[in-house]
Amino acid sequence: MAQEDANVIDQPEVLRHKMVTIEISGKKYEVPEGITVIKALWYTGQEVVRGAGCLGGFCGACATYYRTKDDPKVRTCLACQMAVEDGMSFTIMPPFPARKALYDIQTLKDPKQDLFNLYPEAPLCRNCNACTEACPQKIDVREGVWKAVFGDFKSVSEMFMDCVMCGMCTPVCIADIAPNLVALYVSRAQGAHFTEKPQGLETRIKEIQDGRFNEEWTKILAMNEKELADHCATVK
Amino acid sequence: MDIHALQQIVHQTRDARRKQTIPKFSAADRDQLIHTYHPDYRASAYRPIRFGPNMNDQTVVELAALLEGDSPIADNADLTPHYTTDVLVIGGGGAGCAAALHAHGTGAKVILATKLRLGDSNSVMAQGGMQISVAPEDSPVTHFLDTLKGGHMQNDHELLKVMVEEGPSIAKWLIELGVLFDRQADGNLHVKKGGGSSKPRLLTCSDYTGLEIMRVLKDEVLNQKIQLLEFCAAVELLSDDNGHCTGAIFKDLDNHRHVVVAAKSVILATGGIGRLHIQGFPTSNHYGATGDGLCLSYRMGAKLDHIDTFQYHPSGAVYPEQLIGALVTEGIRSEGGHLVNAKGERFVNELDTRDVVSSSIIRECGEGRGIRTMSGRVGVWLDTPLLDAEHGPGTVEKHFPAMMMQFERFGIDISKDPVLIYPTLHYQNGGVKIDTNSETNVKNLFVAGEASGGLHGRNRLMGNSLLDLMVFGKRSGLTAGSRAGSMQQGTLTVKHLQRFRAEAKKHGNSSGVISPMILPAYTRKEPERTANG
Ligand SMILES: Cc1cc2nc3c(=O)[nH]c(=O)nc-3n(C[C@H](O)[C@H](O)[C@H](O)COP(=O)(O)OP(=O)(O)OC[C@H]3O[C@@H](n4cnc5c(N)ncnc54)[C@H](O)[C@@H]3O)c2cc1C
Ligand code: SF4
Ligand code: SF4
Ligand code: FES
Repeated sequence: MAQEDANVIDQPEVLRHKMVTIEISGKKYEVPEGITVIKALWYTGQEVVRGAGCLGGFCGACATYYRTKDDPKVRTCLACQMAVEDGMSFTIMPPFPARKALYDIQTLKDPKQDLFNLYPEAPLCRNCNACTEACPQKIDVREGVWKAVFGDFKSVSEMFMDCVMCGMCTPVCIADIAPNLVALYVSRAQGAHFTEKPQGLETRIKEIQDGRFNEEWTKILAMNEKELADHCATVK
Repeated sequence: MDIHALQQIVHQTRDARRKQTIPKFSAADRDQLIHTYHPDYRASAYRPIRFGPNMNDQTVVELAALLEGDSPIADNADLTPHYTTDVLVIGGGGAGCAAALHAHGTGAKVILATKLRLGDSNSVMAQGGMQISVAPEDSPVTHFLDTLKGGHMQNDHELLKVMVEEGPSIAKWLIELGVLFDRQADGNLHVKKGGGSSKPRLLTCSDYTGLEIMRVLKDEVLNQKIQLLEFCAAVELLSDDNGHCTGAIFKDLDNHRHVVVAAKSVILATGGIGRLHIQGFPTSNHYGATGDGLCLSYRMGAKLDHIDTFQYHPSGAVYPEQLIGALVTEGIRSEGGHLVNAKGERFVNELDTRDVVSSSIIRECGEGRGIRTMSGRVGVWLDTPLLDAEHGPGTVEKHFPAMMMQFERFGIDISKDPVLIYPTLHYQNGGVKIDTNSETNVKNLFVAGEASGGLHGRNRLMGNSLLDLMVFGKRSGLTAGSRAGSMQQGTLTVKHLQRFRAEAKKHGNSSGVISPMILPAYTRKEPERTANG
């Protein structure tokens, strides 16, 4: 038993269970310190439909503006991934009507040029950096917009792999750019047009079409349960 | 004790552990372990289903209650359709998007309705990767055998053969749509080794595989102008006089009105059950993973398969509190991360199948070799810093950026300190029984993705789900779409419901709950006092 007691992690928040005062959309509530912003909504009796999706930090449904005590700076977070603290004030971001361009990615003739037809506002970036500051995934969004405009699609596709499409970079943009949508187009174009076709994959597809594995299939599918189990055991 | 003090044993034993190899259990030991410790074998958590297509089959009590639940729709509800379509896809995860795109590709009119926003799903969270046999030393047959072994030989052979053989063409389709899979220097697809697989076979997009695939598929659904009904939860299906499926009724979650959609066929792609918190387990699943598709199909008379078995992913976070249940990707173990108990010992081959690894963690904790948190949880260490030690500094950060960020937000650097983990409810191994076109025994009712069953047997192999979604999403979409041209829209009735209610009555009434659940009841009930009155 002594052994077990020694293996208990100290959790000050559990030891000294403390209530903190927070403000949700301008209204004050008391909630347990350290619960996530989403849980604070549930705790205060609110039904959450819009504003929650994956609950795991991947879908961007819970994009939230928040401010901490006495700090004028309004920051952004994913509500499912942020703990509340005393004096915190937050509001879930409503859906923002950004324009998404429509395109057929496979039939684009000149994707780098097409960017300017699909998103003519992209080159009008005024370098204010607000998008980068707004990004809860810490992507250098401004840099990404410039790289897109200069045709460095590869870098953009790598930079935006973390993008959860929360859209927080969009309402802040003074040039009406939706950087995440620009980056999504650029990343897809990079994948569909500027990345080598994997030869091994083509070979495998052809092997399957040509029936290279048919003999093995016939053998396996004819086995009884016991034979199949024994055969599986030989696969290491 | 301070968490850092407890973590010392992991740092101290690292070098010694690196020299160790832990053999996999023999078949007999593995069965013994699973039967003793796996939650699927906790008899008290189970009961027989009282009526319906799976009458007398065992399942967990949480699910049984929902399957025997009553519909929110009255026998005499107004069924005048608000929308009419060829193919109605229900669910906006990977299976739903793949189904909608392929059905649309046949020229059929498609509506995709989903509970939350398009893409809010389990699919966006898949980190570990997607199994496709593309490597020269690998083959679809080996993929088949590995999966069968992982599934305890209970997998449907036909479904499984279809999945492994269509895998490579799915990879090609995704690449053509612009999905950026990780590559080798020679341009070929990079493959990683996953738990329970004999060959490296996991295609990845860093640790954002599901997110990357979903970003692209969602964008494609929008580009193809497929009609969307977001924040619409299916609450009942519709049938004609022959009992064939002819549409569905939704609850619009914004205005609480019912929306009736008439369709020549319906594809249910509603995903899993994590949010039922079976046996009190935390879960890795998204907000809407409440098993709705199972209840809807069951009332229509569709037979379920393997609904007594669930996957408890070995590594759900236990600390910090905010991340409880969240997944710590298996990729960490694929790259050599050790599981370590409170005594600093390894206790299982980390790359064994999930049911084995989870059972062994439950055993360690049950026998007092776990680490406790003050909030009453228990877990074992996953040695993440080992990856940097093994493959060079920066490995964790480079290969697991999503994971790093998730913990960093709570002040934890997983490249320096091990994380505390315990099994988390992750996946529904079974589901609605389907044929190779993803159709159920109810005509014109298709089920694709995690909601379907049979393919994975009693334990899904890591990385096989993403492939399942794409293959059976595609097959259901193509079949439903190409069927539409030669079909009339059937009549809209809820006669199946009248039959189901009559049967419930015969067996002592429904369970008393209204199903489907739609969203878990996390909202605290008692009124809260505001701080300043
Ligand atoms: C954290 C995590 C990591 C994973 N990692 C991997 C991995 O690395 N590799 C792998 O192969 N698999 C992985 N899986 C498993 C895999 O991601 C899921 O099994 C798969 O995404 C399920 O896809 P789906 O389309 O069937 O369901 P989902 O993607 O869950 O989509 C279901 C959709 O249906 C909607 N819906 C539900 N009920 C209703 C209703 N009543 N009406 C309307 N819409 C409804 C939901 O809102 C959702 O949009 C992981 C799962 C999780 C949770
Ligand atoms: S780039 Fe924009 S949409 Fe993407 S995560 Fe950052 S703020 Fe959100
Ligand atoms: S917010 Fe808009 S204008 Fe400002 S840097 Fe970002 S893209 Fe450019
Ligand atoms: S709910 Fe998906 S990111 Fe928070």
